[in-house]
Amino acid sequence: MQNDPVKTFTGFGLGLRPPYYERFLTSPVPVDFVEVISENFMVDGGRPLATLDTVRERYPIALHGVSMSIGSADGLNPDYLRRLKKLATRVQPLWVSDHLCWTGVGGFNSHDLLPLPYSDEAMKLVCANISCAQDVLERPLLIENPSSYVTFAHNEAREWEFLAELCARTGCFLLLDVNNIYVSGTNHGFDPFTYLAGIPAERVRQIHLAGHSIGRDRLIDTHDSAVCDAVWTLYQAACRRFGPVATMIERDDDIPPLTDLLAELDIARALARGVAQARAA
Amino acid sequence: MSIRDLQQRFCSHLLDAPSDIARDLDRDGDAGLAVYHNAYRAQLVACLRDTFERVWAWLGDEAFEVAARTYIAANAPHSWTLADYGEQFPQTLAALYPQDPECTELAALEWQLRRAFDGPDSVSVEIGSLGTVDWDHAVLRFVPTLRVVPVTTNCGAIWTALAAGSMPPGVERVSAGAAMRIWRVGYSSHFCTIDAIEQRAIALVWGGASFAIVCNALVEGGDATRVAQNAGQLLAAWLRDGMIAAIDTQEGAG
Repeated sequence: MQNDPVKTFTGFGLGLRPPYYERFLTSPVPVDFVEVISENFMVDGGRPLATLDTVRERYPIALHGVSMSIGSADGLNPDYLRRLKKLATRVQPLWVSDHLCWTGVGGFNSHDLLPLPYSDEAMKLVCANISCAQDVLERPLLIENPSSYVTFAHNEAREWEFLAELCARTGCFLLLDVNNIYVSGTNHGFDPFTYLAGIPAERVRQIHLAGHSIGRDRLIDTHDSAVCDAVWTLYQAACRRFGPVATMIERDDDIPPLTDLLAELDIARALARGVAQARAA
Repeated sequence: MSIRDLQQRFCSHLLDAPSDIARDLDRDGDAGLAVYHNAYRAQLVACLRDTFERVWAWLGDEAFEVAARTYIAANAPHSWTLADYGEQFPQTLAALYPQDPECTELAALEWQLRRAFDGPDSVSVEIGSLGTVDWDHAVLRFVPTLRVVPVTTNCGAIWTALAAGSMPPGVERVSAGAAMRIWRVGYSSHFCTIDAIEQRAIALVWGGASFAIVCNALVEGGDATRVAQNAGQLLAAWLRDGMIAAIDTQEGAG
């Protein structure tokens, strides 16, 4: 693997989702970068790739994946990695990210972000898979903390400890999803501020913000609503802990007009600015 | 217990197979498992709705949900991409609606349109560039997105009406041997109903036959003058529709 660290990039971005394609193609959008779901563009051709090429001419792009299945006992899919590398070569992204999860085993793929036990065996497995991916892609990965709805009785580490160890062992970086910390913290009874304190600050390259839903007895990471106040508070704490970090808001369902998301992104900008000013004072 | 074993038992739970995964979870694990169990199916139903949007409109919410759940119960995903999920959905519809072949054919059409949407790019041959073609040795190459699916109904007209949000026509049978050809030009996907003669000609081209052999093969099947006209008309239609990506010259062909 090439050992160049992922260069720091600060700014505020949004996800390139189909309802926004036309706006991104026809007029400037006040964002510093754009995040795309890698798998949507790991295709042979057609309008999606053409759209991506045009957007790339105007904005830096972060590739964010949902299907690498970095924690699967099957190991990584060579065809998937080949296609992802081809896309990364085409896009020259800020970075390539995926989740600390697995999506299937034994050839089955649930297409969901399934939870890992935080055990020594899982650590070795995930490290081997991350190293494999980084070798093929010739770049370090950003690993994102998922929302989870169960925890395993034989966990040997807390999630933030597991992530910190992954960084130390593989040289990977982190995409910290502040909403996911809040959702999992609420579901599993840990303090999200303790989580932030356990994250190696120098490894964080991007932050995700999103809305969630309140289920019967769990918070659910649905990306279908505005960022809630508690997550904004946690974001401020993240800004204090990590300093300026590229931040984007994820919205994948009940997608509002772009102006609404841009207004929400302005809230993130203002909060980050306020923290920076307070630090400077 | 290995992580592979744990993951297999987790997947068994998702797939409604016997599983004791709950014993590996902290308290109240069943409620959390239910979230994953529900999310797995909900995402696949959403995927099928997205891919088979006109079938959904044709069947209605309730019937489509039943068909989707039937399909999901029998077809676990295996590809790394959700885009591959649904290929066998037409067969599920054929089993559920044996008397309504338009359901199956609409689904087959939508599947191929989706594949064409982000299939390999190509540039179509322009009619004006044909002056130097040696037709005795010419071998046509279709655009890589071209697919042919057999049909027995006016599913194309139904699809078009549904896509336009207008009242779809009633189901009508089409002549025996009919098919739809589906392809993409630039960023636009197209489809067109074709007859048995055109199907045969396309199959020959796909098989590597020269255009001269295609013409001769069509002559063998009917009146020489009429079939020769047909071959010319086919070529003109294929060029007009942007279906031809290249015309190679093959030595010894003819």
